[in-house]
Amino acid sequence: MAEIKQTFPIKGMHCASCVRVIEKSLSRTPGIKEANVNLATEKATVIYEDTECSPNQIASAVSNVGYAALVEQTKVDEGAERGEKEKSLKVLRSKVAVSLVLGGLILWGSFPGLMNTAPSFLKIPWVQLLLAIPVQFWAGLEFYQATIPALKHRLANMDTLVALGTTVAFGFSAFITFFPQIVQSIGLEPMPYFDVSTIVIGLILLGRYFEAKAKMGTSEAIKKLIGLQAKTARVLRGKGKGESVKEMDIPINEVVIGDIIRVRPGEKIPVDGIIIEGKSSVDESMITGESIPVDKTKGDSVVGATMNKSGTFIYKAKKVGSDTMLAQIIKLVQEAQGSKAPIQRIADTISSYFVPIVIMLAFATFGIWYVLGGTNAFLFALLNTVAVLIIACPCAMGLATPTAIMVGTGKGAENGILIKDAESLEIAHRLNTIIFDKTGTLTNGKPEVTDIVRVRGKGESVKEILGLVASLEKGSEHSLAEAIVKKGEEERVNIEKVEGFKAIAGQGVEGGVNGRKVYFGNTRLMENKKIDLTHVRSGLARLEGEGKTVMILATSSRHSEHSEESHIIGLIAVADTVKETAKAGVEALQKLGIEVVMITGDNQATANAIASKLGIKRVLAEVLPDQKEVEVRKIQAEGRKVAMVGDGINDAPALAAADIGIAMGTGTDVAIEAADITLINRDLKSVASAIELSKKTMRTIKLNLFWAFGYNIILIPVAMGILYPVWGILLNPIFASVAMASSSISVVSNSLLLKRTKL
Amino acid sequence: MSPDKIFVALFSLAGVAFTYWFFLMRKEQEVSAISDSIDITVEGGYNPEVISIPFGKITKINFIRKDPSNCLEEVVLSDFKIRKYLPLNQKVTLELTPQKKGEFKFSCGMNMFHGKIIVK
Repeated sequence: MAEIKQTFPIKGMHCASCVRVIEKSLSRTPGIKEANVNLATEKATVIYEDTECSPNQIASAVSNVGYAALVEQTKVDEGAERGEKEKSLKVLRSKVAVSLVLGGLILWGSFPGLMNTAPSFLKIPWVQLLLAIPVQFWAGLEFYQATIPALKHRLANMDTLVALGTTVAFGFSAFITFFPQIVQSIGLEPMPYFDVSTIVIGLILLGRYFEAKAKMGTSEAIKKLIGLQAKTARVLRGKGKGESVKEMDIPINEVVIGDIIRVRPGEKIPVDGIIIEGKSSVDESMITGESIPVDKTKGDSVVGATMNKSGTFIYKAKKVGSDTMLAQIIKLVQEAQGSKAPIQRIADTISSYFVPIVIMLAFATFGIWYVLGGTNAFLFALLNTVAVLIIACPCAMGLATPTAIMVGTGKGAENGILIKDAESLEIAHRLNTIIFDKTGTLTNGKPEVTDIVRVRGKGESVKEILGLVASLEKGSEHSLAEAIVKKGEEERVNIEKVEGFKAIAGQGVEGGVNGRKVYFGNTRLMENKKIDLTHVRSGLARLEGEGKTVMILATSSRHSEHSEESHIIGLIAVADTVKETAKAGVEALQKLGIEVVMITGDNQATANAIASKLGIKRVLAEVLPDQKEVEVRKIQAEGRKVAMVGDGINDAPALAAADIGIAMGTGTDVAIEAADITLINRDLKSVASAIELSKKTMRTIKLNLFWAFGYNIILIPVAMGILYPVWGILLNPIFASVAMASSSISVVSNSLLLKRTKL
Repeated sequence: MSPDKIFVALFSLAGVAFTYWFFLMRKEQEVSAISDSIDITVEGGYNPEVISIPFGKITKINFIRKDPSNCLEEVVLSDFKIRKYLPLNQKVTLELTPQKKGEFKFSCGMNMFHGKIIVK
């Protein structure tokens, strides 16, 4: 249990009675010992028991009485973590320096060949003992500090092995120093091995230092994301009724939903919201990975942490705190880095038995060498036992998978690819089929006018045709009408007054424009109106073959009320347009040898037209929304590993059914929840990039595991002396410590290489 | 074989047997969360190392790291997608609302020390 004192801003207070109401509500909340509210600073200070009360409960106690408390949730911030790590690195550095200098002096005075050049006092065992003591019990203290409590719980780890190994070497050497005659009497030369104990500690600590530095790099992505957050926001707030609006800078955590915020050129956008005044271009590369700035104007949404480039605008805050897109991305990446890849299971099982097995092998090594070692059997037994304890490196096995996952998911986030968990990252490298939903994923999802065809050689121009149609469709509510009116606005055509407008369901519209009758609709409308279609049939067929919806425009001669006297003057084709990145995205996947499938509710002709434009060979057309999931399962039943790419909202069941669901991101909770991978950059090329990232991460993990296992499997027997009978090779414990330190460094460094991957 | 060799051979055999018994035959003790909060001391492992928490309810798990070993500086609850840095001598609270019954392992960042959460 711990008492926590926390100060946080309160919103909505006006007078002294507000203070009393909030204080009363807070002091009634279980776990809160003291609550003080200050009207002047608009802040509350609360002392509470963290086991009985949480920041959430405090916030709800305040909101229950009609105010808002901006209680921060996190107690341990990233800065504190970094500070503590850097402090421990500093201590580690001095321990390494002391151990290696003292160990080096001992080595100089005791190593055969070298010792002849050493001053005579360094050869005295008592001097070596004095030099070895600080290394063993100050620099090496952390090994004991970890080993003793672990042994109390009958557990062992890496530190246990180092503590055992160096204690054996140090203890034996100290015994020789104190009682050289006893050692001599059993036929051994009284030579201490303080160089082994000290240099081994120095080198292992040095390895740990580099490993810790490298490990700090693996979690850099999260720190970068957190660093993106703006610190303050310039809000426009009114004090009350009739009072003028005041502009002030406030800390980001005090911004509430509905706040009106001004953003000036070159400033960071503080939270998510919608522009209500002004326009600008915004650099969203930090969130989406897309380097080209996006133009924003009234009604457009802006994302917190992105950078305003040129203009000034005012916007309304829609999402704050943990609801912002940045907060969601950080949460997702943190969760992914905390998850476990299935490939790690083998390493998990082995590492839980590893240390006890190494200790058993050390006992066996001692026994075998003592019994079979011939002359100097005791020394062989002792040194080889120490080498076995020192060389075993369970850390490399433990670090192999998580470090690669951390770097891989971080790399993805930097490029707008959010991976939900390690399992998704692992499965993605086995994908061989990608199903794309058509509307809204491969296409923009909004129909656009693609062709305006003049039918007669003379008469109305293209602009006049568009003007007539736009005038007529202005009164229509049909979705295609919206596309035509929009095109008309873009082309700045004249909109004329329409008389006698009539919509004919399933056929089209008719009305009078400038005194002549105008008909606009499909072939059925023309047939009903007895208008001759003969000369436009080939044009109609061509456009429909391209998957477009074609409408026909016919007008009568001036003042004529008889439709059969009308003639066709133009065709307008409307179609959903393909996204800019779609073709390149499909090609990138095909290059990876992945089959691309398109699924859509559209008819076969329309679907085929889009598919052939993109180079997609397999098309599933006329699939009702609720049947998409069934189609995904059918392809899975063919033995394929399938990813479904959709918008994450309408096709959630299909995304869930697929081995990997990929949502073209909107940053909404729904999309992120439903998908295994979210592409917030909305770039279809990122589907291939995500698979590429998964392949590279898996390659790194496999290499790491191979190295970590291979290292232990090969070098432990070498340390036991397996090569001695044939080649006479034995491993000096000092070399064992070099190998051990380098094994975990190499695993972490290999994971860090993933950062250089280009996506 | 000389008596010293016989002694050392027996000693190393006993050492192997003892290590096996000491580390691999230990029994885990399960501790239930009596209230909606449970403390786990991180010192040479996790104590208690097996905890039992109720299904569907919010339970606070408080980790207090007293061990300076960098092996234990992170705790990983991969089934709950949590990897958390544990500052020395500070309480770090994780709020869990288990949605599945069963046994869920947790470990240190290097996967050397393990614990178990049983959701009942």
